[in-house]
Amino acid sequence: MTTENKKELIVSAIENGTVIDHIPVNTVLMVLNILGLNDYEDEVLIGINLDSKKYSKKGIIKVRNKYFEQHDLNKIALVAPNATLIVIKNYEVVEKKSVEIPDKIEKILKCINPNCITNKEAIDSKFIVKEKDPLKIQCHYCEKTMTNIRFAE
Amino acid sequence: MANLKNKNLISISDYNKEEYLEILRIAEEFEKNPKQEILKDKVVASIFFEPSTRTRLSFESAASMLGAKVIGFSNPASTSQSKGESLHDTIKMLSSYSDIIVMRHSIEGAARYAAEVSSVPLINAGDGANQHPTQCMLDLYSILKTQGTLENLNITMVGDLKYGRTVHSLVQAMCNFNATFHFVSPNELKMPSSVKMYIKEANLNYHQYTDLNEVIPFSDIIYMTRIQRERFSDPLEYEKVKDSYILDAAMLKGCKNTMRILHPLPRVNEIAADVDKTTNAYYFQQARNGVYVRQALMAAILGVK
Ligand SMILES: [Zn+2]
Repeated sequence: MTTENKKELIVSAIENGTVIDHIPVNTVLMVLNILGLNDYEDEVLIGINLDSKKYSKKGIIKVRNKYFEQHDLNKIALVAPNATLIVIKNYEVVEKKSVEIPDKIEKILKCINPNCITNKEAIDSKFIVKEKDPLKIQCHYCEKTMTNIRFAE
Repeated sequence: MANLKNKNLISISDYNKEEYLEILRIAEEFEKNPKQEILKDKVVASIFFEPSTRTRLSFESAASMLGAKVIGFSNPASTSQSKGESLHDTIKMLSSYSDIIVMRHSIEGAARYAAEVSSVPLINAGDGANQHPTQCMLDLYSILKTQGTLENLNITMVGDLKYGRTVHSLVQAMCNFNATFHFVSPNELKMPSSVKMYIKEANLNYHQYTDLNEVIPFSDIIYMTRIQRERFSDPLEYEKVKDSYILDAAMLKGCKNTMRILHPLPRVNEIAADVDKTTNAYYFQQARNGVYVRQALMAAILGVK
């Protein structure tokens, strides 16, 4: 079987749903987290350490019976900037999408400033994306700019 | 004309050039005629979760000169926050009693958050190491008063440029007015690169020095700040530089006649007492200007000017 065929097989293994491909191996679990799939009731298939042309190894997530809004998908660009999304209907690929870092990021990140109000009271974090490559974000509250991101627990 | 009614002032970047100028124009009116009872039916909540007598008195005297009633607290131990009430609940409660809130807090971002919770406008009187926009406004007013303009000036800043939030905000504000910046500091306390980037993005220039004497002849404004021992990782380094950033009267020979010295106060020893008598000293008037600027802000935000 050629690599192309193998790939087809991976993609078409679900009847309806979304395949998230080209995820760096070490961020697959973060992607699950960001998309809130930890408590998703239907089938989620996870592949790790698959051969990839873009990375030496890649991760893949297949979510049965689930379609995402672009703005939710964009959040995963923080950890999987080259991810491709494949929308599957009736075993057919009906759409391919890429992800882009959004201009605003809410809730999922944690401010690195220990004296920031978001780390003192129960407040959702909010960041403004100042630059996308390399990533530079600014806390909406304490106004600190940061290049390292930390995810909220 | 800029309309500032109900507009919060949390960060210096919340206001644009036109809005700064509007505040400064109103402040000038109050300087000429400071006692105007135009806020007679208004309640100003002045809440200081961290003590800052100077800023609090400036706000409260500004409010009372306008005839407003001032409520609030200045001692964090006396507040219900010390009993565990959240900032959220304190602000919710206070905004139902008052027309405007003036807030000082030791936590960064507290002001932005409080403004989102509050049903009345809020002025940030300092949030931790983040912002202190009314200080910046009074600095702008002082520059305008002493130079007759804010445009095309040589602005020198001296001392702790790394941690000094007042100088960072002032740079940001002066980038609207085609300033050229001169930064004088020990190597360990240089202006952060984020501030320098901001200047570059505004297509303006800055120069860095370690010797204060170099910049005195061409400066229009010399903005002095205090160098604190605890900012140095190496105490020997502090001992080496601590006296290099003290301005005395003899050094002013050869400065422009119109040059004025500013300082956010309190000073320790960075400006020698013999400078006080020179025509270049402006820091005490600068502090007084804070009252007019705060009057202007409250009046504009409450929509009576
Ligand atoms: Zn923050």
